[in-house]
Amino acid sequence: MATEITVGIAGAAGDGLDRTGDTLARTAARLGLHLFTYNSYQSLIRGGHTWLRLRLSEEEVDNHGDPVHVLMALNQDSIERHAREVEPGGAILFNSARFTCDPSLVPDGVTLVPLPVPELTNPLGKLPPVMQNTAALGALLHLTGFDLEVAADILTETFKKKGDEVIQQNVGVLRAGHEYAARRFPSLGYRWTFSRKRRPVVTGNLMTALGAVAAGCRFYSAYPMSPASFILHWLAAHSERLGVLVKQAEDELAVVNLAIGAGHAGVRAMCATSGGGFALMSEAIGMAGMIETPVVVVNVQRGGPSTGLPTKSEQGDLNQAIGASQGDYPRVIIAPRNAIDCFHSAVEAFNLAETFQLPVIILSDLLLGEHRSTVDPEAVPHDVRIERGEWVTALEESMRNGGYKRYALTPSGVSPRARPGLPGLIHVSGTDDHDEQGVLISDEHTNAAIRRKMHEKRMRKVDGVLARLRAPALEGPAAAEVTLIGWGSTGGVIAEAARQLTRDGLATNQLHFKYLHPFHATEALRILKGCKRPIVVENNFSGQFARHLRAETGFGVDHVLTRYDGEPFEPAYIARRVKAFAGGRPLDLRVEESEARETAYHYIRVHMDDKTRPRRLTPDGRGYAEPVWEVELVSRENGSPAGLLIIGMDTGSIYECREPVASAAGAGRTAERSG
Amino acid sequence: MATATLTLKDLEGAVHPDWCPGCGDFGVLKSLKEAILELGIAPHEVLVVSGIGCSSNLPGFIRAYGVHSLHGRAVPVASGAALANHALHVVAVGGDGDGFGIGMGHFIHAMRRNLNLTYIVMDNEIYGLTTGQASPTTSEGHKTKSTPRGNVEKPVQPLTLALAAGATYVARGFSGEQKHLTRLVSAAIAHKGFSLVDVFSPCVTFNKLNTYPWFKERVYKLEDEPGYDSTDLLSALGRSLEFEPRIPIGLLYRTERPTYEDTEPVLRRGPLVDHPLGLDRATLDEILAETM
Repeated sequence: MATEITVGIAGAAGDGLDRTGDTLARTAARLGLHLFTYNSYQSLIRGGHTWLRLRLSEEEVDNHGDPVHVLMALNQDSIERHAREVEPGGAILFNSARFTCDPSLVPDGVTLVPLPVPELTNPLGKLPPVMQNTAALGALLHLTGFDLEVAADILTETFKKKGDEVIQQNVGVLRAGHEYAARRFPSLGYRWTFSRKRRPVVTGNLMTALGAVAAGCRFYSAYPMSPASFILHWLAAHSERLGVLVKQAEDELAVVNLAIGAGHAGVRAMCATSGGGFALMSEAIGMAGMIETPVVVVNVQRGGPSTGLPTKSEQGDLNQAIGASQGDYPRVIIAPRNAIDCFHSAVEAFNLAETFQLPVIILSDLLLGEHRSTVDPEAVPHDVRIERGEWVTALEESMRNGGYKRYALTPSGVSPRARPGLPGLIHVSGTDDHDEQGVLISDEHTNAAIRRKMHEKRMRKVDGVLARLRAPALEGPAAAEVTLIGWGSTGGVIAEAARQLTRDGLATNQLHFKYLHPFHATEALRILKGCKRPIVVENNFSGQFARHLRAETGFGVDHVLTRYDGEPFEPAYIARRVKAFAGGRPLDLRVEESEARETAYHYIRVHMDDKTRPRRLTPDGRGYAEPVWEVELVSRENGSPAGLLIIGMDTGSIYECREPVASAAGAGRTAERSG
Repeated sequence: MATATLTLKDLEGAVHPDWCPGCGDFGVLKSLKEAILELGIAPHEVLVVSGIGCSSNLPGFIRAYGVHSLHGRAVPVASGAALANHALHVVAVGGDGDGFGIGMGHFIHAMRRNLNLTYIVMDNEIYGLTTGQASPTTSEGHKTKSTPRGNVEKPVQPLTLALAAGATYVARGFSGEQKHLTRLVSAAIAHKGFSLVDVFSPCVTFNKLNTYPWFKERVYKLEDEPGYDSTDLLSALGRSLEFEPRIPIGLLYRTERPTYEDTEPVLRRGPLVDHPLGLDRATLDEILAETM
């Protein structure tokens, strides 16, 4: 079995967590490891907490996995929140000059690695607080058996522009941390085989942008919106080098209409946004369908509805993508599965958009767009196939009768395009319905016969698209008790969940969908009919894909396994829920202990000025309309009792916060605090 | 040049205008055609982009490339096309509801950008296609279908907004002064940068207040004003606010500043639409190496 480790780095925004994570990721990647990282920022309920998990493995990994082996805690909160999660055999690193770790939080078999950072960096002079990360990274390299010199090289490259002094400080602190740990702690015993094959460390957003550029995207417009903004930033930074005109516009209405204008003029054009911006783009996406202009629209989904969860992941915009814009029009919806698939999906999107002259929607999401993973450089081609579809460049003899017909009624539904600016091919493209030449049939002389044929022509293109899309297929064991069905970014995590379930004796396979519209209904139904227990797994509340599947195939699945707390799935989470369903246990929606703790953190931040922390949580059934969690709060300063917070187990409501009696916490619950 | 022999007839679109007899938009259409002839531009080098409304039907009535886009979106669609192929003469057209109501945001921002395009607004102070509701330029007190007790909102001042937003050519015409309008449109198309021509184009069916006689009584030509300096922004701002009892028409303001196209490095290699597609291996490898 491949050796692998998951490192969790936790802290607040501003703790320098991103850079430390980046150095570690690149170190692992240079050693030849594969990786998948997920950064849960502004995590859960409490603001300002960031939780970065880096899964590093000798083999390819396609999700961030379940366990945490090493915790690097950059503040006190992070120790208290995550220490319990560390696996036996693992370690917890923290700056012992600033923080403490209550031994009761530490699971058996976990090594506590307190680092007296000021002491060990003393010889290097006065350093900024963020240097504690570098010291911890040095110690971590020792514990995990990673090559110190590779990380030192990366720091040297990173700080090249800041001069020798900064380089020496950083590398010095890294070495000091490493040396300190090496003297006092045995390594954790990982046996690595480092191939030292260097692989790019990419995000889904980068690969979408790169795929678009390889495909010949020459125009990109956007309005800032998380989590799609990286595409704007990256393309803007590399605009000249890549020859892509990048335009930030006043709103998403302008964004999509700019892209459609550029597409109409003959340039490959793309725009990206998230759900809210996509909603504003809706009307124009229908226009692209009506005037038959190619455009690629990327929706990097985040938690909705409305402003929702700007920094959280969700697959909640499928209904919106399917329902975008009024009326029926041809369009394609593609949901890439992983980073490399983002690259290929962008290429495919442009080819379909131009070949069939229609809008193509790419449904990515925050997890897919922002996670980092390694890809094989050979798997990223530069010379992708570019298909620009049918064009007319001059008036041909056959068109003389009535001139050029921009919307010629053809068997395929595709009418050869003409680029504005060419002589002899003048035409108007109208959003009112129109005849073959583009003359409106809506205003003065509405014409039912032409309308019918023109509508059929446009919609016929969908058949042509479908014929080009790969049909879905089962992955995993053919004879399975359970089939997990998913779409888009969950492909990797579902695959691992299926392997876990199979290993545990419940043979499970997977049916994954990348092409959501048009839909391979016949093939999907054939497969579904052979599945014993089909379960849809998706990152939204209502099971949007399960409903889509039923609409397309008439097939209703046995169960829909959803998650909508803003966090992406982990494999064990899926496996646990599948087992519960298979065992006939009803879905338990009660507030879990960890959730009650996060609710308490929220209360403490809003009502107690962050001066307390939750210590012990006890379930209790008395005195309230529902069972509750009693959360014992203690002072952050001296650990003295600071109150008892009552949280409903069913509703999650915070009933009250009782102040403690000075002498006996817990026993004397008297005064009520405003809740 | 080859277009020297063209006549107005050669610029007729596929169908005859469906506007009401006497509609001000006829004058605007004629002025646009005359300007194209006067400038010697070949019709296939012109792209006319409109929104939705009576006036936005114009692309169908002129022999030039056209996009009859969405309500309020003529300017961004035109902007995208202009950026994609700056060899084209791009003219956006539409009404006051289209440009100053639903499309107001785009109007302001397009002028900040100073893209090389011309925007002609057929301003009739009413929603005509939807049969007579108050528009953003409807006068205070005007009784319309949607304001039966009289409009209580102040009308927008498009020229003031244009001057404040950085438009580099700002003019107002009147379709009752069609030859005068042609000169304004022609200079607008010839202007390098964003040019706005706001045209009083009376709606003879739904606006019984702002009629031809109403405008004729009020308009005066700026070029007839001794000492008016169309390069002076403050003078232009002052005139842009005049509405009663006299309304200025003509060129309010004109200045030179680099166009968006001039400052966009990617366009140094010529029109975007002619750029080769794809990515070379060396650049791709460099990009990938930056992540390692």
